[in-house]
Formats: sequence, structure tokens, C-alpha cells
Amino acid sequence: MMPIILFYIFATILLLSAVMVVCSRNSVHAALFLVLVFCNASGLFLLAGAEFLAILLIAIYSGAVMILFLFIVMTMQTNLVQLKEGMQSYMPVGFCIAAVLVVELIIVAINWHIDPQIAQASQQPLLQNMSNTQALGALIYTDYILLFQICGLVLLVAMIGAIVLTLRKRPNNRRQVVARQHMREPHQSLEMRSIELNKGVDELGGFLRPKETYFGVSQEDSFGPKPGDKMDITEKRQQMKEQSK
Amino acid sequence: MNWTLAIPEIVLSISGLIILLWGSFEKKGNAFFPCAILSIAAFVAVGFLTLTVQNGLGYHGLFINDEFSRYMKLLIIISGFLCIILSIDFNGKNNTNCFEFIALIVFSTVGAMIMVSSNNLMTLYMGLELSSLALYILCAIDRQSVFSAESGIKYFILGSVASGILLYGISMIYGFSGGMGYENIHHIIASDHALSAGFAIGLVFVLVGLCFKISAVPFHMWTPDVYQGAPTPVTTFLSTAPKFAAFALFLRLMVGPFGALSPQWQLLIEVIAVLSIIIGSVGAIAQTNIKRMMAYSSISHMGYALVGLAAATPDGVMGTLIYLTTYLFMNIGTFAVIAAMSRRGHIVENINDLAGLGKTDPGIATAMAIFMFSMAGVPPLAGFFGKFLVFKAALAADLYVLTIIGLLASAVGAFFYLRIIKIMFFDKAAEPLDKRSLSLSFISFSMGTITVIFLLFLSPMLEMGQIAARSLFH
Repeated sequence: MMPIILFYIFATILLLSAVMVVCSRNSVHAALFLVLVFCNASGLFLLAGAEFLAILLIAIYSGAVMILFLFIVMTMQTNLVQLKEGMQSYMPVGFCIAAVLVVELIIVAINWHIDPQIAQASQQPLLQNMSNTQALGALIYTDYILLFQICGLVLLVAMIGAIVLTLRKRPNNRRQVVARQHMREPHQSLEMRSIELNKGVDELGGFLRPKETYFGVSQEDSFGPKPGDKMDITEKRQQMKEQSK
Repeated sequence: MNWTLAIPEIVLSISGLIILLWGSFEKKGNAFFPCAILSIAAFVAVGFLTLTVQNGLGYHGLFINDEFSRYMKLLIIISGFLCIILSIDFNGKNNTNCFEFIALIVFSTVGAMIMVSSNNLMTLYMGLELSSLALYILCAIDRQSVFSAESGIKYFILGSVASGILLYGISMIYGFSGGMGYENIHHIIASDHALSAGFAIGLVFVLVGLCFKISAVPFHMWTPDVYQGAPTPVTTFLSTAPKFAAFALFLRLMVGPFGALSPQWQLLIEVIAVLSIIIGSVGAIAQTNIKRMMAYSSISHMGYALVGLAAATPDGVMGTLIYLTTYLFMNIGTFAVIAAMSRRGHIVENINDLAGLGKTDPGIATAMAIFMFSMAGVPPLAGFFGKFLVFKAALAADLYVLTIIGLLASAVGAFFYLRIIKIMFFDKAAEPLDKRSLSLSFISFSMGTITVIFLLFLSPMLEMGQIAARSLFH
């Protein structure tokens, strides 16, 4: 009895929030409703006994994809008025296509007949004495190894695309030598001071960040220093001290 | 599990990875040229591997190798190979000579080969995604050009919608037949003759997705913009390898698992073919940009190639295969001429820029004239035989209306091909084009020679095509 009640709760919230995704005017709200949809869908997966898929749905869709989506929404200026331009002229065509699709779906639904054996099939575990994750792994690495590897290639191509389309070498790019950045200690770049009560940093002579040099980790051909040029910071510190006095 | 069946794909993927590593670790100078040479070597090696690999089913029925897949894979490998040669000089001038270009072409070819060898709807989808994703990036690879970015975005958005529709169709087919493998679907259709509505809708959705890939008519809107905006080597690749792969899927799906339903889908294919031929031929007339004109021309060529499928006979499939082969040679040759079009270091793409080419550069003008005559279907050249074979098969299958419309439209199509010849040889000479580079001359002249002497190796081609077509109708 309990699973059925839970099923209806999850399903109702899922459908309602799916409607809200389409209807809400604010795109951030729409994205957040989509997160709610995914959470409820993963609840349904849990009820069906597919715990691995449920976790995946939350981790990948709510976690990664939606955060990315929110980032994009925030960085892009979406002008709703501009988006809705031409809505009126496209409306009739859109309605026609939607009507055709709805009629098709209704025809499919009328012709639907469910194989009576399906109900039993879904209740049997895929493989005996195996958790979901184990069963999936066993399938992916044996029967579907080809598809799994092609998936890897697809992801690799996506990665190449992201790099080749966005990484530019501009003359004023600032790049650092990663090894030098990893090698340096906190005290080389940061300075800790205890500050007396009711006194500002300026009165203590000020402090500079970075501590020793501006371009300690920057690459040779990077924007800023000329090759071999090390800008020492002590002179500047001296100047500031004199100024505050 | 017989994993050696996919050796050509595996070798090509590994060489793609090697190219990537080489490019990333090459610090001095540009890695483009060595990577291009490496990929050319890989394409040659994979071509030989494809010829020698044995037939059969592998990877639990996900993957198939037969004479048909071998034929189509060879076409795809040849087009990848020629595109890389075409890009060697072009990309250097155009600032797109990054090694990723080569790697993406290689991975897209791998995806196209997997599409050809698919024996399961999931393999179909994965291959399609791999090949398309690389193509979206390739279209936008020229970052200094707004048109290139536009073509990348347009192709990406419309392509994703088409993939979505295809995936929806696949899920419908799976839901109503209970199987993803082609044999499985074939058995279910053969045992249950009444076509359920859901299954029919799934079939139509899959057709829509594939029609988008080959830019057949109701789904052709993206073609002119994408062809115009993408760098010319990418356009060349776009108009060959993925089209062949999508055609291979078309033929394999329609003849294999959905073969028993041929009375149902025949009319659909006929309508798509007729519309593609007409709109392609008529649309090309008004174009002033030669790449846009070639886009419409490729739409009409896809229509002609579909005529062979509409016949739904082994002869029709053979006609389609021969048509695609001739299309490969004359299309890549034409694009090599287009890539050679530049004036004072700037790319020019208008048809009028060809004016007087017959006087300023008779060699390449002759090659272009050969390709144009061949595309128009003038008899001794390659293009004629493809058209002849598909229409012969259509007549044998009693598709009279289709044949008559196709022949009339090819007369209309001849107009814009002949107009280019008129502009090149009879118009007042414009300023001469820049000196063409060696690789482009090589491709345009070798393709021109193949187009002229196609008659000589017609009979072995016919035999190969026949064997390939028969392997589909077991």
C-alpha cells in the first residue's frame, strides 16, 4: 500500500513541476522546477528498485547539468520581449504541428495493448544475487562494450570541441607555469600580520600581495613581464612605508 | 565475441588518439602537417583493413560486416582521405590549420563507419552522434568568420532536434516491437503483418531523422546556410561521408528490418525523392554563391539516389550505390575547384568570380566543366551512369510518374550546371585567380580523370555494387 501512495505523491509532484517548467516566466524558476522534476523522477526509480539510476539522475542531472544551465542563464542576458518576437506569426504553424503530434499520440494510446507477461518480467531481478550496480557493470563491460567505448569517443570529441572552440592564444593572455605555482609555499605569496585594535592596515605601513614578486609564476611569453625581468616588490613596500609615515 | 570485425574502426580511432597526442605534445611549430600525413596513412591502412576483414556479426549482434558495409565504408574512407588532402593547403591559408581539425575528421569518419556497420538501433544512434558531434565542431572551426560560427550553431541546433526525433522514433519502435536488433525487428514484423500505429509512427520518426542527415527535402532548410558558412574542406566532408553513412542506414533499415513493410514506405520515399529533385534543381537556379548552389545541387542528388531505394529492388539499391560512387568523385572534384578560388589571398565564392576562367586558367576550367557536365548527366561521363541505373530500376518497378518528374527536373538542373560552363568559357575575363596549390590541383585533376574514364571500370563497379546490394536482400 505504501509504495502506491508514494508513487502517486512522486508522480503528482513530478507532473505539476513539469508543467511549471514550461509555464514559469522566469528562466531561473524554470530551471529550479526542472531540478524538482529530476528529484521526483529519481524517487520513482527508487520505488521501481533501480537505486543506481536514481542516484545517477540526481548526481548528473540535478547536480551537474542544472548547475551548468543556471550558470548559462545567469551569464546570458535573456530578453523575454525579444524572445517572444515573431511568436504571433509562428503560432499557427506551431499549433498545426502540435495538433498533428497530439492526434498521433492519441492514436498510439488507443492501439496500446500491454503484453500480460510484462508485469511479471519487471518484478524479477535482472540477475540473481547481484545489486543493480553490479548487474549494470557486468552488462556494460561485456555485451555492450562496443557502445560503451563509442560513448567514450563521443565524450572525447565533445571535450576537443570545447577546447578548440574556446581556447584562444591572445597577445594579452596571462598564463602561469603550473609546476612553479605548485612548488611555492603559502608564505612566499601571503603575509600574515596581527593587527592592533583600532588601527588600520595603512597605519602599520600597509601590506602588499603578493609578497615578493608580481610575476613569480607567470610564463615567459605571457602578458606582463618581459623575458628575464623580475619585478621586485621590496622597493614598492619601502615607498608605501615612507608615505604612511 | 568476435571483436576483430571492428578492426578498421579500432585502428582509425587509435590513430585519431595518436594524432591528438602528437598535436598536444608538439611544442615547436605547427603540428597540422605531420598530423595530416599521419591521418592520410591511417586512412590508407584502414582502407586495406576494410577490404580484408571477414564478414559476420560481432559484439553480441550489435555490429555487422558484409559486402554492403564494406562498399559503403570504402566510399566513406575515400572521402575522408580526399578531404584531408584538400585541407592541407587550404587550411594553412585560412588560419584553420590546427591539428584538432584532422582529429575531428578522423573521429567523424569513425562514427560514419560505425553507422554503416550498425546492426542494432543503439549502435545506429551512437555512430550517428559521434559523426555529427564532430561535424558540428568542424563547421564552427574557423573562429575568425561569423559565417562559420553561424553555420556551426545552425547545424548544431537543427541536428540536435533531428537526433531527438530519431531517438523518439527508436523508442517507439522498441516499445512496440520489443527489440532493438535489426533481425529481431525483422522477425517481429514478418510474424505479425498488421502494422501497429505506434510502430508506424516510430518508423516515420526514424525516417525524418535520417532525411535530415542526407538533407532530403522537407528537412533540407539547413543545407545552404551550413554549406556556405563552413570552411570549404569541411563542406566537402559534410557533403560526402555523413551522407553516405546516412544512406547506408537508410538502405539497411528499409530493406532489412522494415523490408516487409515496403508497400507502406515506398510512397513516402517516392514523395521525398521527387520533392528533393524538384526543390534542389529549382532552388539552385537563383543562387549567386557557388557553395549555396552546390548545397542545392547536393539536395537534388540525394533525391536521385533515393529513387533507387524507392524501387525497393536489388537493382535499385545497386543503382543507388553506383550513384553515390559517382557523386563522391564529381562532388569532391568540384569542391577542390571551389577551394582553389581565391583572389589576392582572399577567398572568393561568387559564381561570377569564375568569369573567364577558361582563358586565365584553362586546366582547372576544363576540370570544372567536366564535373558540371557529369553532374548534369551528360552521357559519356560518370554522372550519367548513376542517373541511368536508378531510373532504369525505377522503370522496372513501374514507378513511371517518379521517372518522368525526375527526368524533367534533371533537364531543369542542367541549366545551372551549364550556366557555370558558359560563365567560365564565354564571359568576359575577370581578374585571374591566385595560383592554385598543388594538393588542390592534384584532387581536381585526378577526380576529373576518374569522372571521364568511369566507363572503363563500369563493369567491375557494377559487379561490386550487385554483390553489395545482394548482401542486403539475403
